Amino acid sequence: MRGVRFTAVLGLVLLAGITLLFVTGLLSYAAYNPDLAAVNDKTPDKGWLGFYLFDWPTGPHWLYRLTQGVHVTLGIVLVPVLLAKLWSVVPKLFALPPARSAGHALERLSLLLLVGGALFEFVTGLLNIQLEYLFPGSFYPLHFYGAWVFFAAFLAHTCLKLPRALRVLRHGLPAADSDELASPDPAAPTVSRRGALAVVGAGSLLLLLTSAGRSFDGGLRRTALLTPRGGAEPGSGPNGFQINKTAAKVGIAPAETGERWRLTVTGPAGEFRLSRAELLAMDQHSAALPIACVEGWSTSDQWWRGVPLRDLATLAGFPDGRPPGVLVESLQRSGPFRKVALRDNQVRDPRSLLALGVNGEPLSPDHGYPARVIVPAAPGVMNTKWVSRLTFGEL
Amino acid sequence: MRMLRRWYGEGPLHLLLMAASFALAGYAGVRLLDGDTLMILVWFVGAAFVHDLVLVPLYSAADRALRIPVARRPALVNFVRVPLLLSGLLLLMWFPLITRQAERYEPASGMSPDRFLGNWLLITAALFAVSALWLVVRTVRARRRARNGRPSASH
Repeated sequence: MRGVRFTAVLGLVLLAGITLLFVTGLLSYAAYNPDLAAVNDKTPDKGWLGFYLFDWPTGPHWLYRLTQGVHVTLGIVLVPVLLAKLWSVVPKLFALPPARSAGHALERLSLLLLVGGALFEFVTGLLNIQLEYLFPGSFYPLHFYGAWVFFAAFLAHTCLKLPRALRVLRHGLPAADSDELASPDPAAPTVSRRGALAVVGAGSLLLLLTSAGRSFDGGLRRTALLTPRGGAEPGSGPNGFQINKTAAKVGIAPAETGERWRLTVTGPAGEFRLSRAELLAMDQHSAALPIACVEGWSTSDQWWRGVPLRDLATLAGFPDGRPPGVLVESLQRSGPFRKVALRDNQVRDPRSLLALGVNGEPLSPDHGYPARVIVPAAPGVMNTKWVSRLTFGEL
Repeated sequence: MRMLRRWYGEGPLHLLLMAASFALAGYAGVRLLDGDTLMILVWFVGAAFVHDLVLVPLYSAADRALRIPVARRPALVNFVRVPLLLSGLLLLMWFPLITRQAERYEPASGMSPDRFLGNWLLITAALFAVSALWLVVRTVRARRRARNGRPSASH
């Protein structure tokens, strides 16, 4: 059962799957606009690894919800395939002699980066979405740089093995070749190759069925039986949808968000302090946008209502309709994204709001009362809650 | 060129590929290790070692132990092995939530982690139930086939 054909099938699935994981991962990295301002950049030493960075767009508004949902859900679903692939090549681990030549030794060292890298990426990803930060350092640099180390080995492995995998699947194993992965003295088989692939597929299907629902609200979310953010919504009513961090968790005291709260807006026209009543007196606009988290869960579109960021930019001294980016600061004292910078294209989009209400009600404390930012297609943490200050032009 | 092949054991393309791969891995690697270098190294390399030298021997031994009671009819082992494997996979992936070790989950999300243990047990029960049903259906069909296959008395 164990043999090059089994390995070749799993290898091809992983080639397609991991390539998609890598691309969606790079997109997620770009979605934070790390090259815009130091506050957005958790990997300031990235150097050439950020060569492809581009201005993250604001449309389609479900863009990040799709790319990051695919990234995390696909990662979860590929776990059985990865484990089966590693199981299928175990005989190679104990092959003797350990290295036939310098080239072979190098290749085996590269395999350590491949296997270590794959497991490192999957384990850090799975722990991060369960908010279990056991890994030694911040998730962002570990998962990002780890991905590049892994991908370097993955590319080499693909170049070396893909031709043979394709040949074996198309024409079978040539008679002259020995199957180095098959047992030389196999026990009576208890499962066929097709059966083993079916078990791997069943594992992936089970994981898909118990996790994909967390990218939707309501009944579908309840089907995500084992993944974080699956099950019933945390609350009921207009503010009942998913919360990334509760007000209590980040230490927002009711006194800070009550009558005394003021939003400070700064720009060339000076500094303005606005109460919630004054913000409500401005022109209110609506936008139907989701919350989409880097952890892979997302909500369906929520109906937000508030003041467009570009109207606040006009107030701050950019009346020409082409405002610059903005630095957004939250009342929260901790958290890696208590300050974030938004790019000019994000400020200019008419759907980017300083939201005061959602689904027909004022924001709840957990959704950022008195005011929060909501920007189409931006990662969840870029939509700052409990906003205290907007600085236009200086990031 | 022949010197290279004798010493290196592979073609020149192989050497170039390895060099490119290690150069990129090195470029990213020094950035990866910039921090708690030792622990990051332990996690990265350790992941491969723990998998190959702990996880694989562990599940192989469990599988071997499982096969002893059904040694006479080896095909039966799959009806226990498959649900057990899938259930174990779910536990391996979600143990921080299932065992309630992920203490940040509830305060951050406002959602209780209590459901994970129950759901995992229910899914495990369902997997074994499906497997049992499968075995019953298969056995009944095999018996029926055996009966129909016999030279029939009614003709």
